[in-house]
Amino acid sequence: MAEKILSKNFDVRDAHTLRVYRETGGYRGWDKARGMEPAAITEEVKKSNLRGLGGAGFPTGVKWSFIPKGSTAPKYLVVNADEGEPGTFKDRYILERDPHALIEGMLIAARAIDSRLGFVYIRGEYVQPWRVFSAAVKEAYDAGLLGKEVPGGGFEVVIHRGAGAYICGEETGLISSLEGKKGWPKLKPPFPAIKGAFGQPTTVNNVETLACLPHILTRGGEWFAGLGTKSEGGTRLYSVSGHVARPGVVEAPVSVTLRALIYEHCGGIPGGRTLKAVVPGGSSAAILTPDEIDIPMDVDGPKSKGSMIGSAGVIVMDDTVSIPDALMVVARFYAHESCGQCTPCRESTGWIYKMVHRIVDGHGKKDDLDTILDVAKRGGGTTICAFYDGAIGPYISYIEKFRSEFEALCRS
Amino acid sequence: MPDPRRPQFSAEQLAEVRRLQGLYPDKRGALLPVLHLAQDTFGYISLEIEEYVGTLFDLSAAHVHEVVTFYTMFFQKPRGRHIVAVCHNLSCHLLGAKGIIEHLKERLGVEPGETTADGKVTFLTVECLCACEQAPMMQVDDRYEGLLTADKVDGILRGLA
Repeated sequence: MAEKILSKNFDVRDAHTLRVYRETGGYRGWDKARGMEPAAITEEVKKSNLRGLGGAGFPTGVKWSFIPKGSTAPKYLVVNADEGEPGTFKDRYILERDPHALIEGMLIAARAIDSRLGFVYIRGEYVQPWRVFSAAVKEAYDAGLLGKEVPGGGFEVVIHRGAGAYICGEETGLISSLEGKKGWPKLKPPFPAIKGAFGQPTTVNNVETLACLPHILTRGGEWFAGLGTKSEGGTRLYSVSGHVARPGVVEAPVSVTLRALIYEHCGGIPGGRTLKAVVPGGSSAAILTPDEIDIPMDVDGPKSKGSMIGSAGVIVMDDTVSIPDALMVVARFYAHESCGQCTPCRESTGWIYKMVHRIVDGHGKKDDLDTILDVAKRGGGTTICAFYDGAIGPYISYIEKFRSEFEALCRS
Repeated sequence: MPDPRRPQFSAEQLAEVRRLQGLYPDKRGALLPVLHLAQDTFGYISLEIEEYVGTLFDLSAAHVHEVVTFYTMFFQKPRGRHIVAVCHNLSCHLLGAKGIIEHLKERLGVEPGETTADGKVTFLTVECLCACEQAPMMQVDDRYEGLLTADKVDGILRGLA
């Protein structure tokens, strides 16, 4: 069993409290970072090969380096705790079980980008995680870790609750929502690093990404990079659900194969069934077949099979599953969550859901499958944000890889 | 509960509104938190509340309406004393969410989106709540309830006052 890093406190009693967090080595990374120049922190993180763990996989240190230097404008650190990608639940574990790891990571990131004010955007449904995290923030204020007057600059944290909208997990949609608007994504450029929340330079980082920072600072970027593969450093929290014997959050080096996650870490497929398909990175990732699971679960592994690691939410389906039925559920989700701003996404997600629904109900025509594929492919790359590109992943892959199953439901 | 058709925050709540507004570089950032406060106070967000909240932010009622209608957690009509929201997304679907939804329909006697005649429960189906390791699962008010079976659902319903 590899060493637990991000999840080492998940089963430690009262690890959500400052006292226990400190006992387990907490805030040592921040102790180190506060004595470092901001640029040196960014360099260390670049060395670690840490990639954004919310879904996009962008190198974290590089993202920080886009924040203009020497500017006197306020800069904001925004935490994306709007976890919502179907099949993903790892950030909830950090918020509930190790909230100080996030606070410590925020302190480090804030110093790197010279931010004095951070916002933590927590999805509205996460009431318990919000309560636990809020208590941890209060403790951090009381202990003098957070606050305007803290020597060396000071950093303040505002916790912001969402109100139910998947699109607010998209970073510019999140910024719109934080500004008191509906969560419509914004055209880029300008990128948030130049003109983000409230018009100021902003970095948006995912919860898990930030929770890696204390370890990177304590043990060094090279150590973290060495845990992973050439394309990505570290370990990751994989959320595994569906038809596995032991669903849950699994921490493993990013070199772990999808096969090992399913069969070793999660006990394989229960009930004597066999694997039919698996989604490797949240519902927006293209579906994989059993002959496609011998891949490392870093940013490049699923990509080599035309899918993506995304949020590392692994959804396992056994041989009892109807793929058209599964696609109907996924298509309903995208139709429901499309924010309505861009016509190709708004219209196509609704239309495709109706077509898949019709097929599953036994009223589809074989032509419908080509219509869906055509509509899906035409819309790619035509919208403001990546939502529709994400929806296309399942539409195309479910149909192309399991076409005969769809055809069997269609009238000729 | 204060009248949602004639909304007025208490002095204490108005102080809280100002505190929330002060947390953001632009006070409009506090719109979602204040709408949460309004819904907790009045039960749901009426058109009158939208107008009232707008005046607290120098925002038009239209802007507030646009925000309220965008998010799933804001209710525009009276809801039950409890919210029972079953996830029907993929992982829960694979592990039997459909059966849980059918069971709740029968027990509550209403369809998703409706409230029981006694005003006790508003029943919803919702997208992924990100607790797929406990599938099938649902949210009951503030709590997540997972690894649901028909029996477990019955026990949870019995526990609702």
